[in-house]
Amino acid sequence: MAMHPQRKQRLLIVVFILLVAGLAAGLLGYALKENINLFYPPAEIASGKAPVGKFMRAGGMVQEGSVERASDSLKVRFVVTDFSAVVTVEYEGILPDLFAEGEGVVASGKLGEDGIFYASEVLAKHDETYMPPEVSDALEKSAASRAAQQEKGSQ
Amino acid sequence: MSISSTFHKWGSPRWFYQFSGRLLPWLAILSLLLLVGGAVWGLAFVPADYKQGNSFRIMYIHVPAAAVAMGAYMTMATAGAIHLIWRMKLAAMVMKAIAPIGASLTFLSLLTGAVWGKPTWGTWWVWDARITSVLILFFLYLGVIALHQAFENRDAAAKACAVLAIVGAVNIPIIYWSVEWWYSLHQPASISFTGESTIHPSMLRPLMATLCGMYLFFGWLLLLYTRIEILEREKNTRWVQDLICGESR
Repeated sequence: MAMHPQRKQRLLIVVFILLVAGLAAGLLGYALKENINLFYPPAEIASGKAPVGKFMRAGGMVQEGSVERASDSLKVRFVVTDFSAVVTVEYEGILPDLFAEGEGVVASGKLGEDGIFYASEVLAKHDETYMPPEVSDALEKSAASRAAQQEKGSQ
Repeated sequence: MSISSTFHKWGSPRWFYQFSGRLLPWLAILSLLLLVGGAVWGLAFVPADYKQGNSFRIMYIHVPAAAVAMGAYMTMATAGAIHLIWRMKLAAMVMKAIAPIGASLTFLSLLTGAVWGKPTWGTWWVWDARITSVLILFFLYLGVIALHQAFENRDAAAKACAVLAIVGAVNIPIIYWSVEWWYSLHQPASISFTGESTIHPSMLRPLMATLCGMYLFFGWLLLLYTRIEILEREKNTRWVQDLICGESR
């Protein structure tokens, strides 16, 4: 079925609008690339990409065994990692319920000259995994037994 | 039947009015069954999440509202393009009908997201790529509604709205991939079409029910609003007057 020439022209205009809008959005996104990112991962902080002494956010995984709490205040210190670099975060205040070692975290504050990130707010970054507690228990058990078997095998 | 005759039939408001009238009760019953059933299933019978506890259950409303808000926008932009190219009046009516529904769904997804974000992340709101792009979607819907109000002339309004809807369609892939392209607080999608979903099947099933229910609910509202628009615009035609008189008699 041949398309009416006038409609064909209007179709081309619609396609043109879409292309121009897409190009504009693409250029805008490219120009603002760094600003659209909510946080800097430790690797970018370590390489000096993140501003020192200015408000910004740092995000990554709370390293296992790194959380140190003060005994007389709400002060807490932990290490955030992206598995290629680490940054130490210091914070005083109430942490979100889902804050835990091995979980994602986004801290906002300032990076000090000493390389420590002084946070004024800490948010928990939840991952996309959803399961019932029994399933997660079962998964942990099977992972533990597999690790035990592997240890036996290597001995 | 050829493509063009189907197209013409679908473009006839009168035919659409009669056809949609037969669909309405089915859409209403099915959508309410799936939405209410899925919500009860998800709220009362699915086990709590291993980390979030009960607060994860808000996704049974949040995810369908957000997904259908995006799907509705694509429908509106497509209707806009059809109106621009083929000058189909029905497409303009569909476009006008979608805007308030889409705006409500977007608002619902932002609201439920904030309510979930407080206990999960520790904040109601953060300016990350996902949340900001959904807020832009909300403003796009409001823009289409406002633009419709701003014009005296119906055709001029429909043309302007169609262009805005098409330009704004660029935002939809941005929303979808925002969590992959940039570092955001919002987590990536749990449902995967190509690989394995990271949500347990027992939790996924009720979500699928409310998701389908929300799509049907949108379809139901869309038909209802379009029918009102048809009656309004065609009120001087013979068939509408016959219809009204026939019903009041």
